[in-house]
Amino acid sequence: MSKLDPNHLQLTNSGQLKHFLTIEGLSQSLLTEILDTAESFISVGDRAVKTVPLLRGKTIMNLFFEASTRTRTTFEIAAKRLSADVINLNISTSATSKGESLLDTLQNLEAMTSDMFIVRHANSGAAHFIADRVTPQVAVINAGDGRHAHPTQAMLDMMTIRRHKGDFKNLTVAIVGDIAHSRVARSQILALNTLGAAEVRLIAPKTLLPANADALGVNIYYDMASGLKDVDVVIMLRLQKERMQSALLPSEQEFYRLYGLTEEKLAYAKPDAVVMHPGPINRGVEIQSEVADGERSLILNQVTYGIAVRMAVLSMAMSGQTESQPN
Amino acid sequence: MTEKSISIVNGHVIDPQHNIDQTTDIHISGNTISSAANNNAEKIDARDLIITPGFIDLSVNLCEPGLTHKGSIASETTAARAGGFTALACTPSTRPVIDSSAVVRLIKDKGEEANFPHVYPLGAMTKQLGGEQLSELHALNESGCIAVSNGRNPYKNNRVLLHALEYAATFNIQVFFHPQDIELAENGCAHEGIMSTNLGLPGIPASAETVALSRDLLLVEQTGVRAHFGQISCAKSVELIADAQARGLSVTADVAISNLIFTDTDLAGYNSDFHVQPPLRSEADRQALIAGIKSGVISAICSNHQPHEPAAKQAPFAATEAGISTLETLLPCGLTLVNKGELSLVEFIRCLTSGPAQVLGLDKQGQLGDNALANITLFNPTEGWVYNSETSNSMGHNSPFFGRELIGKVRHCLIDGVG
Repeated sequence: MSKLDPNHLQLTNSGQLKHFLTIEGLSQSLLTEILDTAESFISVGDRAVKTVPLLRGKTIMNLFFEASTRTRTTFEIAAKRLSADVINLNISTSATSKGESLLDTLQNLEAMTSDMFIVRHANSGAAHFIADRVTPQVAVINAGDGRHAHPTQAMLDMMTIRRHKGDFKNLTVAIVGDIAHSRVARSQILALNTLGAAEVRLIAPKTLLPANADALGVNIYYDMASGLKDVDVVIMLRLQKERMQSALLPSEQEFYRLYGLTEEKLAYAKPDAVVMHPGPINRGVEIQSEVADGERSLILNQVTYGIAVRMAVLSMAMSGQTESQPN
Repeated sequence: MTEKSISIVNGHVIDPQHNIDQTTDIHISGNTISSAANNNAEKIDARDLIITPGFIDLSVNLCEPGLTHKGSIASETTAARAGGFTALACTPSTRPVIDSSAVVRLIKDKGEEANFPHVYPLGAMTKQLGGEQLSELHALNESGCIAVSNGRNPYKNNRVLLHALEYAATFNIQVFFHPQDIELAENGCAHEGIMSTNLGLPGIPASAETVALSRDLLLVEQTGVRAHFGQISCAKSVELIADAQARGLSVTADVAISNLIFTDTDLAGYNSDFHVQPPLRSEADRQALIAGIKSGVISAICSNHQPHEPAAKQAPFAATEAGISTLETLLPCGLTLVNKGELSLVEFIRCLTSGPAQVLGLDKQGQLGDNALANITLFNPTEGWVYNSETSNSMGHNSPFFGRELIGKVRHCLIDGVG
């Protein structure tokens, strides 16, 4: 594999996952394998003893250079259900604020002999950077890097869609809101296209679309009436308050009026369309409470499936690492 | 006392200014080129070599004073010479910046000490490059600044810029522009396009360059200041400069070698060696820059050499420092363009010799006519070699070419007849 191939880092020579950095370049069969593996872990959460011994004796470090509650917690639960030892390091408030470089932080943590790093960082490419430099047997899982990728979130969204809609090939999926700044949207688009969705639509004003968005394999809409027409799945994105300060939007009110998902706008979609959101939601900014809490909302299911998907990714990457070690 | 004579024989001479592209001999008497051969001259056999005027670079970061963990005047001028350069203009972004005569003298003295006498500092247009208060432009010019520039640092407002240009025009001091609108480029580290979108890197749109360039051209026209545009990077900029030249404005432009050989697709995999300013843009932009050279709109290729210590590049892409160490690889890079048929060898050599000499007004350099300074580069255009960090002369640890075989090697580089 060439160094320019996004997979030269994350796959073993036989095509198994050994890091999970991005959806880009992964095959449909590998994404399906992740979903199938996750299915097998769903029931673990319903049991009285909620653990399986797959990662017993392994040490996993949650390296969060950016604050996060939900993602970090679900990774922690996933790791513990696999019987791994988990250490949470909230690095945004420790080492780097003292001027230590990412590389120095990494080397120090490696000296503590960990088997896996789950990384969230504000810079795009941070997980690649770490995966390129860790000692060979350590797996790196991207828990969100800058605006680039959030592959486990995308996979839990795919699992949610598959569980409620079955096959992808006849589905039209609309992603609404701040796509420009969203690592989630980028990973979702890649995953949906790889899994064969019929159409992926982006709905946003031009200020919230990334450059050359049309080249991402999507159709672009500027209004909800035409964009949501006959869609099967609506994915709403979180709107950050600072978008108003940088003149990308006039006000939350205008955004809500034009792009906020209300019962009225949801009526443009198919009658059985489902609603998703990576959370945390801003009620009354991008989504109406009635919709968020309504029967078509899968927002809480997403969180539940998130644990199973992360269990799948952690166990697959660890076994890929084991497989790629010379005996 | 008789001066030392040298004859370079059997080589293929390319002297674009005099339309020479043939096998002929070059004679040197003392520090100048002479039309007459001296029978007692030392002979350099240049069989298989190409002989050109010494290369002239319009933008080198020498890093001294103040940034000597990245490079020094001694190390980077040695790298320049190894790359075939006999003269260079150095950027004002040292610490302290080149905003006082003392810094100018220090740099020129250190250049002399390093046996590289043709170092031409670019003075800082504003104090500390802060964009607010004018530097003593007349004093800087008198002490040896060949031109002045604010680099990519913004002016506080357009009024400051206008005044700076008027003041420079008063004393006929040339101004180098590196157009980039700071707000449009804010936090960007890659060309804004499909690659920046895919990689999630904050983009620098082409309009960051063209908006600033358009404004600068209007103010150049208004003030009549002598102007040069350094390191333009996009198709629309070539168009804007061509339009200005067509309506009679005597502005010149150069392009950095990296923008001619790489594009934003090289950023795949987040290789921080390709984090550079101006950013590597699209293939269409690259082709427009090549066309701009062929049409004469762009008259020089610069190295935009920017050496860094290893730590400057060891971080996620956006957190790394911009720049590539390019002086020693510029010739083989340019030869790849020649070998692909994108530029002729004469067009490429013109952009390293007579083109930049005319930008800087260096009458006796960039050409091999009678009485020109004996600044001469001899290179083998087919010799392969491997560039690596251990043997590079530059202190820069930031080259995408380390460990790769390059074709085209400088064999001799004479400065003022000494080599």
